[in-house]
Amino acid sequence: MSNTASPRSEIPLLSARDLTKRFGGLAAVNQVSVDLWLGQIHAVIGPNGAGKSTLTNLLSGDLPATSGTVVLRGQDISGWPPEKISSHGLGRSYQKTNIFRSFSVWENVRLAAQSRSQPSAFNPLQWWRSAFNMHEVNERAERAMELAGLHKRRHHVAGEASHGEQRQLEIAMTLATEPSVLLLDEPLAGMGSAEAESMVQLLLRLKKDHAIMLVEHDMDAIFTLSDRLTVMVNGQVIASGWPAEVRADKGVQAAYLGDELSEAH
Amino acid sequence: MDIVNFLIQLLNSMQYGLLLFMLAAGLTLIFGIMGVVNLAHGSFYMLGAYLAWSLASLTGSFALAILVGTILSVLFGLLLEWLLFRHFYQRDHLDQVLLTFGLIYVFEEMRSILWGDDVHGVAIPDLLSASIPLTDTLSYPVYRLFMSAVCLVLALGLYLLISKTKLGMKIRAGAFNHEMTQALGVNIKLIHAVVFALGVGLATVAGMVAAPVSSVYPNMGSQVLIMCFVVVVIGGIGSVKGALVAALLVGLVDTFGKVLLPQVAGMLVYVLMAAVLLFKPEGLFKH
Amino acid sequence: MSAPQSHLETLPRSLNVLLALCFLALLLFPFVGTDFYVQMVSRMMILAIFAMSLDLLQGVTGLVSLGHAAYFGVAGYALAFLTPAGEPISLYTSLPLAVAASALLALMIGFLVVRTHGIYFIMVTMAFAQMVFYLFFDNKALGGSDGIYINFKPDAKLFNLENKHVFYYFTIACLLAVYIFLRRLLWSPFGRALAGIRVNEHRMRALGFDTFAHKLCAFTLAGALAGLAGYLWGAQTGYINPELMGFHMSAHAIMMVILGGMGHFAGAIIGAFSFEYVLHVFKDLPEVAGFNLGKHWQLWMGLFIVALVVFAPRGILGLLAKIFKSNEDAP
Repeated sequence: MSNTASPRSEIPLLSARDLTKRFGGLAAVNQVSVDLWLGQIHAVIGPNGAGKSTLTNLLSGDLPATSGTVVLRGQDISGWPPEKISSHGLGRSYQKTNIFRSFSVWENVRLAAQSRSQPSAFNPLQWWRSAFNMHEVNERAERAMELAGLHKRRHHVAGEASHGEQRQLEIAMTLATEPSVLLLDEPLAGMGSAEAESMVQLLLRLKKDHAIMLVEHDMDAIFTLSDRLTVMVNGQVIASGWPAEVRADKGVQAAYLGDELSEAH
Repeated sequence: MDIVNFLIQLLNSMQYGLLLFMLAAGLTLIFGIMGVVNLAHGSFYMLGAYLAWSLASLTGSFALAILVGTILSVLFGLLLEWLLFRHFYQRDHLDQVLLTFGLIYVFEEMRSILWGDDVHGVAIPDLLSASIPLTDTLSYPVYRLFMSAVCLVLALGLYLLISKTKLGMKIRAGAFNHEMTQALGVNIKLIHAVVFALGVGLATVAGMVAAPVSSVYPNMGSQVLIMCFVVVVIGGIGSVKGALVAALLVGLVDTFGKVLLPQVAGMLVYVLMAAVLLFKPEGLFKH
Repeated sequence: MSAPQSHLETLPRSLNVLLALCFLALLLFPFVGTDFYVQMVSRMMILAIFAMSLDLLQGVTGLVSLGHAAYFGVAGYALAFLTPAGEPISLYTSLPLAVAASALLALMIGFLVVRTHGIYFIMVTMAFAQMVFYLFFDNKALGGSDGIYINFKPDAKLFNLENKHVFYYFTIACLLAVYIFLRRLLWSPFGRALAGIRVNEHRMRALGFDTFAHKLCAFTLAGALAGLAGYLWGAQTGYINPELMGFHMSAHAIMMVILGGMGHFAGAIIGAFSFEYVLHVFKDLPEVAGFNLGKHWQLWMGLFIVALVVFAPRGILGLLAKIFKSNEDAP
């Protein structure tokens, strides 16, 4: 049951062309192009080591690309540092939970939300006012908490929360920066079926107002969620298009999915 | 500056640079492989110098002093690693800074108790006490050439060890990926002990060999430590090649600086470091 | 407000009460102490300001600087150069100028140094501080190894700093002002961002924070506050020499912060007092069986430091917080 929505605008919010990342002689990502449209979820799948996480890192600025370009909301962001890309409207979540473990759940999200109301560090007003009375920031954080379903556990220390809660927190932090483009790296990893179902529902809600790239292994979720599907193997794209098309592609079936795909509904 | 003076300064800068390399190589290896910052590294240099002096006085032979001194200090290094350092590889850099700073104090006092606080000279062995005449009035001491030669030989030996031997391969693997190396059956604890002992050994031999030229005095360790750090920063942590290039560079800048621009000579090396940091914050040769 | 319980940022209420009482004792001390001890406590308070400035860098932001004393010393030298040979200089011109000098130096060095991480950062901060040290040590024009005398305490017009008690209270005022400033900063957006950088700098960047600017600003602020301490030190002792900028002074600052407990600033104050006291005790050790224990105070100091690292990583305040917390419900 694929849900192929049409994009809500003419040009993609994020467009990457011929991205390549070499480590010595090895190309972890080789001439990969991907477009992310507002109102669509673009899933990227592939076996371990296919280069999916590296691709995400290239798009978010965590890794500099060897060659290729990335355009975000009409702006060429190739070579930009991660903080600049983030402030331009891109948010990413991590496969390996990357939170502030010693802070409370609420503080994690609040700090993420604070990033949007942060004038220069050298501004003395920033040293004197209380961080916790920032109305705008608190509202932003509340919205993110609400979306991620976290409001019950806000005072717990993040490092001591359950794995599922930490994954929710991971998403909440990304949402608190109010990005237009979301890069989600295995958000369902390690979740039980009930939690995974909530996450899928959340992603369907988010789809309307965001352009989302989803890296995942969970095939059921992929086919419920994705409007476009790209398959990567050994750093290269071997197929990209409508999920139904890709599923039927002989090359993809041979190289990667085989029985899994034809059995998924 | 005429050609002879230039040659003399060039030789001096090479000698100083190679000496710094001996110290920096050990430091950068220990940083790069075990991730430990060791502020007491300069103390090993001082230990070497004092050992050279006391053993040479005791036995009357400089060569014997170096031999025995090297063995003693390597054993001391192994003991220190086993007793203290190996428990700190996983700890915060801050803890390591504090621990090794405390050790500096302890070593200085032990030195004071064992050997006193006076300045001592070490006689250059007769065999090496000649000078090579360069002009009517200028000549170059053979001993300084000997120092450079010793450092070169050890540098070559280190290079061969690291890049051509099995042990070297294991050392490099351990630096690259700890857990994997261990999983492959390599005794990582042994590697660490060897690397630490190597670092200590290089530092003490440097001190021993330098003693006749620099004299033996308290605080000689801290003075050389800072230069050592500068070399490692410029060269890049974990890179022995970087340490060599940086050490020679520092030797050149410092030696010629003192001769050509004495007013700012002390600062030149730091200006060099600042320049490198602006363009390559992780040093010339990233590990 | 849910306060993040990390790194000693908040303390149990009973401990806060104890700290307030200690402050009261500090205020009343000159009425019971002799001149000698009033001066000693003044000096401890100056070192406490120095320690707090480092705590901003180390305890809050997580940057371990082995060269913080450079900014301490530079302000002292600024006062020395500004004070004419025959008369005092105004407090109101010399203090801001000295602090500005330290801040400027911190900004310049910070710009080069803050782009490095981990071990590198530690090494380059030390290297640059040594550079400043040698600049003063090697140049007779800057006083050389002998240092410079400051013949008059700064002229405060409204009160007389030459009076030891007046100087004491002026120092307390500075200590209090710095403490309040830093505590507010800790809970400000800037302070929360610094704490975030300490805990997970990578994520902070991914969230859109300009971590370079934040770290540089913290480095500069810390340098400025160290300058305030250095200025007071110069004013109090009347003598500045390069050792005050040296490696040992920087290391002492680190030890004070660790000993007291990082991240709360009260810990830095406790650490400064305790460290000076311990040093005092070791230097005063008697001779036992012909062996002068006091002369070899460095040995005891070294062993003390090693023991500290091994057994009490969260310092005195950490220990006290644990004790007081177990006597109270969790906040």
